[in-house]
Amino acid sequence: MTDLNTLKYTAEHEWVALDGDVATVGITDYAAEKLGDVVFAELPAAGTTVSAGQVCGEIESTKSVGELYAPVDGEVVEANTALDDDPSAINADPFGDGWLVKLRVDPGAVAGLLDRVAYLALTGGAE
Amino acid sequence: MGGFAARHIGTDHDAQRRMLDAIGYESVDALVQAAVPASIHVRERATTDIPPAATEAEALAELRTLASQNRVARPMIGLGYYDTFTPSVIARNVLENPSWYTAYTPYQPEISQGRLEALINFQTMVTDLTGLATANASMLDESTAVVEGMLVARRGSKATSDVFVVDADALPQTKALLRVRAAAVGVRLVELDLAHGATLPDELFGVFVQYPGASGRVWDPSGIIDAAHVAGGLAVMAADLLALTLLRSPGSLGADVAVGTTQRFGVPLGFGGPHAGYMAVRQGLERQLPGRLVGVSQDAAGHPAYRLALQTREQHIRREKATSNICTAQVLLAVMAAMYAVYHGPDGLRAIATDVARKAEALAERLRSYGLSLATDAFFDTIRVSTPGPAARVIERARSKGYQLFWVDDATVGVSVDETTTADDLAAVAWAFGLPDADEHDVRDLPFAAAPPLAGVAQVLRREDEYLTHPVFRTHRSETAMMRYLKQLADRDYALDRGMIPLGSCTMKLNAATEMAAVSWPEFSRVHPFAPEADVRGYLAMIEQLETWLAELTGYDSVSLQPNAGSQGELAGLLAIRGYHDANGEADRRVCLIPSSAHGTNAASAVLAGLRVVVVACDDAGNVDLDDLRMKIAAHADELAALMITYPSTHGVYEHDVLEITQAVHDAGGQVYVDGANLNALLGFARFGDLGGDVSHLNLHKTFAIPHGGGGPGVGPVAAKAHLAAYLPSHPFSQRRDHAGGVVFEGGAVSAAPHGSAGILPISWAYMRMMGTSGLRDATGAAVLAANYIAVRLREHFPVLYTGEDGLVAHECILDLRPLREETGITVDDVAKRLVDYGFHAPTMSFPVAGTLMVEPTESEDLAELERFVEAMIAIKAEALRVAAGEWPSDDNPLVNAPHTAESLVVGEWEHPYSRQEAVYPVHTLVRTKYWPPVRRIDQAYGDRNLVCACPPIEAFA
Repeated sequence: MTDLNTLKYTAEHEWVALDGDVATVGITDYAAEKLGDVVFAELPAAGTTVSAGQVCGEIESTKSVGELYAPVDGEVVEANTALDDDPSAINADPFGDGWLVKLRVDPGAVAGLLDRVAYLALTGGAE
Repeated sequence: MGGFAARHIGTDHDAQRRMLDAIGYESVDALVQAAVPASIHVRERATTDIPPAATEAEALAELRTLASQNRVARPMIGLGYYDTFTPSVIARNVLENPSWYTAYTPYQPEISQGRLEALINFQTMVTDLTGLATANASMLDESTAVVEGMLVARRGSKATSDVFVVDADALPQTKALLRVRAAAVGVRLVELDLAHGATLPDELFGVFVQYPGASGRVWDPSGIIDAAHVAGGLAVMAADLLALTLLRSPGSLGADVAVGTTQRFGVPLGFGGPHAGYMAVRQGLERQLPGRLVGVSQDAAGHPAYRLALQTREQHIRREKATSNICTAQVLLAVMAAMYAVYHGPDGLRAIATDVARKAEALAERLRSYGLSLATDAFFDTIRVSTPGPAARVIERARSKGYQLFWVDDATVGVSVDETTTADDLAAVAWAFGLPDADEHDVRDLPFAAAPPLAGVAQVLRREDEYLTHPVFRTHRSETAMMRYLKQLADRDYALDRGMIPLGSCTMKLNAATEMAAVSWPEFSRVHPFAPEADVRGYLAMIEQLETWLAELTGYDSVSLQPNAGSQGELAGLLAIRGYHDANGEADRRVCLIPSSAHGTNAASAVLAGLRVVVVACDDAGNVDLDDLRMKIAAHADELAALMITYPSTHGVYEHDVLEITQAVHDAGGQVYVDGANLNALLGFARFGDLGGDVSHLNLHKTFAIPHGGGGPGVGPVAAKAHLAAYLPSHPFSQRRDHAGGVVFEGGAVSAAPHGSAGILPISWAYMRMMGTSGLRDATGAAVLAANYIAVRLREHFPVLYTGEDGLVAHECILDLRPLREETGITVDDVAKRLVDYGFHAPTMSFPVAGTLMVEPTESEDLAELERFVEAMIAIKAEALRVAAGEWPSDDNPLVNAPHTAESLVVGEWEHPYSRQEAVYPVHTLVRTKYWPPVRRIDQAYGDRNLVCACPPIEAFA
């Protein structure tokens, strides 16, 4: 079970887990709930370079589309291809099996993102 | 109010009196004058071109006179339009059946299973014949489908080039459209003679092939397709569906996208339309498909159920990033074409195609025997012949016997044969080509039964695989079986022949029988869009009248009826604005301001017109924020092309500041586009031209009574002030250069046919002719009255959002269901599905605001039906409150379990905390009037995660 307090967050409702220089990125439960049942995720291929704030993918539900923004500069190490067959993990386990991409990043850049308290303040939500 | 208007408007004087008392106004006029800001009330005209209201009999008589000015000839012009026999059982049970033509787009799939199944049949027919994986539920016409194919290629190709190669032998109208649409989005077209071994450029994103060519030539494009793939491009093929029953499929030749028309599958010519186009794509391109896509999912009981799939491709969600700006299809015509395939089956279609090929071969043989040469010996149904002497002579000889041939050039004539061509026809055409001294009695008939079909076509191009193997294409062969299948499907659907469909912004008003009558007359239906001017004077007169009347009603100077959907009219209007700026040397003007409350189509159309979208903020009521507008105008002053506004707004409010808004845009050198979707709230009381509008599109399938057909056809004319008129749509085959008022349009083509879906224009003509200006004004008043009445009756139960002057709404009201959700957990979805149990089609859900219902009753509903709706909504709220009070669990109550099928009542034990009676007869009168939904609530996510867009096997329904 991921400890949500150890993650970093963005204003676009994404979470980032850092392990060395590899950052795992996904969308938060707040975003997944707003989207509704996810039916498709379009993710960047391994080897793609992404820059902070740039749209690098899309997450589609039956009624809307959410854009996936790269939280920091980096290179895509791996995309979660298990989502091709079953994107519902994004709703069921957004912080775990619903992870979207792994990026090779500068760890310092991740440190500058929001912590959990700041993110919760954004969403006006409680635990 | 008497005459036809009293038949069209549902509320009579007494009913209106009671409604006015409830709202607190003396008269309908006083109500509308109060709702519509004084500053924009229409100025009285000294004269009008619109005749006073005719009776139904008078209108029909006038239509007969107009019809008599059209000549029903034998069209053999081809170019994508072929005469065909509409099976009588389909004409009577689909085209002329209100259960099919008064339905709306199947956004509530549980009550649309009939037409959804017919569309799945259509999609299966297309995928089978084209040999590609996924087809959508129809395109607007062949030429716009080719344009969309080009856009799919651009999105789907990894190449960075902006070059698209076009077959020199493409249909001329398609080439005309490609020129306009490519220029708008920065695509460079390169035209090559692909059939004769042209070399492709090194860089391209796609190539387009016509199969067979416009000249009739059948050739093997697989080499060109392979070369395109090597260059990183996609291959788009326009393919004749009847030819595909005999020729190798686009999929087997390597095409990525196939497009075309289904007109010759039993859909009348209609002087150009409406017809269902088609598009199919190979696996991997499904998410790039524009338009509607029907998929198979399952309902709450686990039964197969159809629904609209992958709706997130569309513009109401993606806005400027949509796959296209198309927001409709041609459902009624797609249903007819699919049923033609169901009725004839693969063997029947193959037989028709084989006969067609024999007819062409027999004619070719005879002409060769005269010593004439043909452009090619490899053809299906079309030949191009070098004429003995001037081509005009052949054309005239043919015409003297009632045959329309195609003048290619001074020495060439084209002839296309079709399902209806007889041996006598062939003989007459042969005579027309005959040597000058040929006696017209020489040739009695030209038998074709022994002629070898496709004699000159290479063996490698003959089709070998099977198609249309699904049982539905062989099960309904007798007319009895077909009639019953059509009835069963129609019975599953909720259309206007059952009850009110109060969809906000859709204007589901009466489509009167007299209005529909002329559509089936041969003088209007059996006419080729490129017929010579002398043969279509009735149509041209009707079109001129319509252009004049619509211009007068909207305060504009010129109207083009060419666009065959609102989205296309919108695009044409934006292209006119762009053309105007370019002509004034201001080609930098490319910014289009769009309010955040606008319908997503606006943004999608702006992108297709090559404009850059800048969003203008709106206040909480959906009104344009004047300060933000001024700021955005200032920020883009020199680049400002246009502002797009909807009036009344998408929130149903007559914005108070509209004159200031349009003035601000004009002061900065921009043009104002007014979206005409909500004209039913305004007609007769105010005019777009007086609001500061420079150009608008109108929706004849909303305001002017053309039926919605279950998701099309639509007609979206574009109307403009004089300074923009020159940039309105033109067409290479238009019979006349000038339009009403003697104005010449030069904007380029936006539809395959010069007058769009001309075949359904008699409907709007009859509506306006039978209402007259006073009737139209009365209709608007009654529509505004009905919406305000519903608002007043429901406001203590549901908050009514966005009221304007004096707390009034326009022709629709928005009920806020968010407080109900907060209080009870019952969602707007639950309410919409529970309305089905009460015998209603839900209002528009969650547009323009999530969690709301937008209710537009229209003027055609009577007070009893309005009251029935009010009572249903009140009862549903009471049910929701019982959930909140804990009387029913939140996961087992009549709302979350809605809609209830008959099956759900009888299968197994009834274990719900409410009775079966409460489930399906919540109101006692329903015992006699019940509509039974055929399926339970449909699982939307399942359908998008498991995309299936063709007929499920029969076993799935066991």
